[in-house]
Amino acid sequence: MIQVENATFAYKVGGFRLDIGQLEISAGEKVAVIGPSGLGKTTLLHLLSGILVPATGRIVVDGVEVSGLSREDRQDYRALRLGMVFQEFELLEYLDVIDNVLLPYRISPVLTLNAPARERAKSLVQEVGLGDKQRRYPGHLSQGERQRVAVCRALVTRPAVILGDEPTGNLDPENRDHVMDTLWRYCDETQAPLIVVTHDHDLLARFDRTLDVRELSR
Amino acid sequence: MNHVLYMAWRYVRFHWGKTVLLVFAISLVLFLPAGLYVVVEQGARTLTARADSTALLIGAQGSAVDLTLSALYFRPPNLSPCEFREVRRVDQTGLAVGIPLHLRYTVRNQRIVGTTLDYADFRRLTVGQGRWFGLLGECVLGAEAARVLGADVGDAVLSSAGSAFDVAGAFPLKMPVVGVLKPAGTVDDEAVFVDLKTTWIISGLAHGHDNVNAAREGDPGVLQRDEGNVVANATVLSYTEITPENLQSFHFHGDPDGFPVDAVLAVPTDRKSGILLRGRYEEEGTAVQMLVPSLVVNEVLETMFSVRNYVILGSVGVGGATLMTAALVFVLSIRLRRREIETIRKTGGASRRLTGMLAAEILLVVFAGMVIAGVLTAGVSRFGNLLVRFIGT
Repeated sequence: MIQVENATFAYKVGGFRLDIGQLEISAGEKVAVIGPSGLGKTTLLHLLSGILVPATGRIVVDGVEVSGLSREDRQDYRALRLGMVFQEFELLEYLDVIDNVLLPYRISPVLTLNAPARERAKSLVQEVGLGDKQRRYPGHLSQGERQRVAVCRALVTRPAVILGDEPTGNLDPENRDHVMDTLWRYCDETQAPLIVVTHDHDLLARFDRTLDVRELSR
Repeated sequence: MNHVLYMAWRYVRFHWGKTVLLVFAISLVLFLPAGLYVVVEQGARTLTARADSTALLIGAQGSAVDLTLSALYFRPPNLSPCEFREVRRVDQTGLAVGIPLHLRYTVRNQRIVGTTLDYADFRRLTVGQGRWFGLLGECVLGAEAARVLGADVGDAVLSSAGSAFDVAGAFPLKMPVVGVLKPAGTVDDEAVFVDLKTTWIISGLAHGHDNVNAAREGDPGVLQRDEGNVVANATVLSYTEITPENLQSFHFHGDPDGFPVDAVLAVPTDRKSGILLRGRYEEEGTAVQMLVPSLVVNEVLETMFSVRNYVILGSVGVGGATLMTAALVFVLSIRLRRREIETIRKTGGASRRLTGMLAAEILLVVFAGMVIAGVLTAGVSRFGNLLVRFIGT
């Protein structure tokens, strides 16, 4: 499902460099990425999502060679195939819950906002327990509720891969479990691989595999 | 709705306080010079039209601007009056018709214009209800004056006293309304028209009272009687309303030719007559001045246009600064939204859509500002005359 071969990336400023020798993640596999801060966990996610482009090597996700795509194609690739969840939720304050969930449809020309998409957004919101808060704005939601909205936004397009950058970092245990359960359920149903950067050691046991960023170059 | 517009709309709606402030600033910046330009242009057109239609004007020596503003726009007269004989003098030349104007009194804030029926012909004023004045004491209201005074044909209006403490001064005269004019869109709409003699009655130059001719010395109200002269005392009451019953008792004291008029409109029979009449007044060198209102108004307008240009220049400068500030607000706003922009990029947002959203937000605000400025300018254009008159009062 995901293959990385001899990919290297270096930031122009700061001198940081990430080398990835061989990395394979199969369909439905759930991988935790761990390691000290500043060693490239988020950079790995950005490379997989096409936000960053490796200087050398190949990155293939769901049959698409991401490293060879143009900027516009990488935008479309993210919209069509990826679902991303961030530590700070990154909801748009001026959109209510439903519009935040439907955001990918409004910002990407390759997705069509139609009745099934709206229905799916509503059912996801119901599923995460926010059915009565569909018209609330993020400012009126708790931290846990905001992250649940962010998870719905990541899942609404039925992505082939889910990437999480410390998605439970700001959550209490109850909300953390709620969010992880939702992601787990989706990945089990669709066989989408789940790659999550985390510092939460309590979570590691749930994953199929733990990937230490320091060992990527091997 | 288009997604780009939808997102922009949601943003400006959510941040409505900032949006309202920006829209208000932009609309004001656009409206101020445009509105001022329209108002001044309309004011100039109104002033010019009335001045152009008034060939010659005669009045006491003094400020030509004061005389023109008073005679054409019924501003309170600042100059001493001239004598009624000036009207006769114009008529006797055979070159023009003299139309007297007496403008010293008001009904509340509506100016009483004492004149003759020639004024109605000259200004092409038509009666909407009732008729023109025919008897002493009758009045005809301009359309706006009727509205302001709440008076109609059959009602009566009271002239304002010249001074409450001047016992020898003007007393209020109750005047029946016999007609209301059709709106003319000029200052005539705001006037109360009466016969010139009626204004003389208000000023005390003519009056009516109980008949004391038949009274003998020693009768109440008579101080002294000798050889046809009767000197009455204060118990003889002057009439404050002219009725068919007391009309005959009204009489003038003194020579009407020496009675005051504030201005005389000289309406030449043709262009050549006008030139000849001007020549005669200049040759003879009289105590009065004759002027061409359009020339006076043009001088006033030149000053007005200069002031307008300076104000517009200032407004454009302030507008430029405001627009630059608005641009700064937009730039800072985009900087503050870097995380949001990043999120949109990370979740697959197309650069073109993102740019479109940000541009649409700016365009929505600018468009709203332009619409409001346009509506305000159209309003000023529609009601500019009223505004000019309101500012002038």
